[in-house]
Amino acid sequence: MNAVTLNETLSQTLAAPETGRLPAAAPELPPRRTPLFETEGGKRFLEGLGHAVKAAIPPVLGLALFVALWALIANSGAKIPGPGETWAAAVELFSDPFYNNGPNDQGIGWNILNSLYRVGIGFGFAALIGIPLGFLIGRFSFLNQMMSPIISLLRPVSPLAWLPIGLLVLQKAEPASIWVIFISSIWPMVLNTAAGVQRIPQDYMNVARVLNLSEFKVFTRILFPAVLPYVLTGVRLSIGVAWLVIVAAEMLTGGVGIGFWVWDEWNNLNVAHIIIAIFVVGIVGLLLEQGLMLVAKRFSYE
Amino acid sequence: MQSYVQIENAGMTFSTRKGKFTALTGINLHIDQGEFIALIGHSGCGKSTLLNLIAGLIDATDGVLLLANKEIRGPGPERGVVFQNHSLLPWLTAFENVYLAVEKVFGDKESKAQMKARTSAVLELVGLAHAANKLPGEISGGMKQRVGIARALAMEPKVLLLDEPFGALDALTRAHLQDELMKIVAATKSTVVMVTHDVDEAVLLSDRIVMMTNGPAASIGEILAVDLPRPRDRLQLAHDPNYHDLRSQVLEFLYSRQMRPKEAA
Repeated sequence: MNAVTLNETLSQTLAAPETGRLPAAAPELPPRRTPLFETEGGKRFLEGLGHAVKAAIPPVLGLALFVALWALIANSGAKIPGPGETWAAAVELFSDPFYNNGPNDQGIGWNILNSLYRVGIGFGFAALIGIPLGFLIGRFSFLNQMMSPIISLLRPVSPLAWLPIGLLVLQKAEPASIWVIFISSIWPMVLNTAAGVQRIPQDYMNVARVLNLSEFKVFTRILFPAVLPYVLTGVRLSIGVAWLVIVAAEMLTGGVGIGFWVWDEWNNLNVAHIIIAIFVVGIVGLLLEQGLMLVAKRFSYE
Repeated sequence: MQSYVQIENAGMTFSTRKGKFTALTGINLHIDQGEFIALIGHSGCGKSTLLNLIAGLIDATDGVLLLANKEIRGPGPERGVVFQNHSLLPWLTAFENVYLAVEKVFGDKESKAQMKARTSAVLELVGLAHAANKLPGEISGGMKQRVGIARALAMEPKVLLLDEPFGALDALTRAHLQDELMKIVAATKSTVVMVTHDVDEAVLLSDRIVMMTNGPAASIGEILAVDLPRPRDRLQLAHDPNYHDLRSQVLEFLYSRQMRPKEAA
C-alpha cells in the first residue's frame, strides 16, 4: 500500500511542474515514436541479453580465477611468464602469422595449418576405414568375435609406440606422423559405430522383417539413420584423440607443425611461446569438437 | 469350408541360457476370413509369442501354421503387424513411414503417384491427413499408434496382427481408437488377431475371445464366441445384459480359474 501511495504522489509531483510550465496552447506534438526497447522485439532482445549475461557469469568467473592463479604463480618466483607478458608475446606473434624464413622458422599460422593438415589426412583415412569396419563388425557377430581380440590388444597401445613402426615402413617422418594419427584415432570410430549397429532397437529390425525390406533399404532407411548419432560420437572422440596425438608426434618427427614449434621454442627457452602454444592447441581442439557437435546436432533426429 | 488361418498343434520352446523354456504348447486355432480374434491372458502367458508365430517373426518349434493353405515361413507383408510400441522410424515422417510399406508391397505394380495417393488415403482413413509431414517425435502417442495401424493397413494384409496396440495409451484415447478400429475393420473387412489384456476391449471388438492359460507351457484354455450384433456401440453395450454376461465370463476365466500365481519372479 505504501508503495502505491508513494508512486501516486511521485507521479503527481512530477506531473505538476510540467503542466505548469507548458503553455496551454502548446502546438500539438508529433506522436511519440516508441523507443526500440519498448517494442516487442526490443523487450525480447533485452530479455535474451539478460539471460546471456547470466549464463556468461560462471565461465567468465572461472577464467578470471584461472588467470589470477596463473599471475600469482608467475609472480611468486617461478620461471613462468605471467599473463601480461604472454599476451604481449601473443600479440606480436599473431601480428604476422604467415611469415616463412625457411623450414625451421615459420609463422604460427603455418604451424597450425600444417598440424591440421596432418590430422586431416590421418583422421580422414581412419574414418574411411574405421566407420565401414564398425558397420561390418556390428552387423556380423562372427566378424565381431574375430576382430575383438585384435582391437582389445591394439587399442590401449600408446600412440607414440606406433611411431617407430611407421618410420620403419614408411621411411619418412611426415607419413609416419600421419600413420600415428591414423592408428590412434581409428578405434573410437570402429567401436562406436559397431556399438551403434548392435544397439539398434529390435523393433526397427522387426519392421524391416515384416516389410521384407531389401538389404539396401535396410541400410539406407534403418541402419544408417539409426547409427549416425553413434558414428558422430565416434568421430568426435577420434578427432579429439588425433589432435591430442599430433603435438607429441610432431615433437619427435620435427618438420613444420605446432608440436615441433613447442619443442623448438623450448630449445630457445621461449616459455611465453610455449604457453601460447598450449592455448592454441586447446582452442583449436575446442573448435574442432564444437564444429562436430554442430554437425551431430544437425543429424540427430530426437 | 477351409479356415483362413490354421494353427495345428503349434508349440514354441525357447533355448535360453538356463535351459529350455516352453512358452506355448498344443495350440490349435482356426480363424475364418474376416473374423476378429482377441487373444487374452495374464502377462507371460505367451499371447504375444502366439502373435509372433503368426507374424512369422519367430518359427514354431512344433506343429504347423497355415495362412490361406500356405505354411507361414518368416515374416511378410501379407501379415501386417501393429507393434505394441508403434515402432515407427523416428527419422521418417508419418507419410514416409507408411510409404515405406506401400513401396514394398506395390512398388512393382503401381506408379509413384498411385502409391502416394494410396499412402494419403490410408492416412486419411486413420484420420491423420493433417499430420502426414510430422515426425513421430512431434505427434502424440495415440497418433503414433494410428500411423502404425495405417502402415499395417496400407499393405492390404491378409491378416492384421495387433500386439496390444492401445496398451500404452490413456483410457480416452484408447476408447477413441477402438471405435476407429471397429469402423476401419468393418470398412476393409480385415481378418484381425489382436493381443490384449483388457477385458472390455476384447468383448467390444472381437468375434471370438481366445483365453489362454498361464505360462509356462501355456495353451488355449477356452474360446468364447462374442455374438453381439455389429455395429457395436460402447454406450448401448453398457446397458446390454449380454455384454455384461460375456464380460463376466472372461473375468471369471482370468481371475477365478487362471488366477495369476503369486509373482514368483
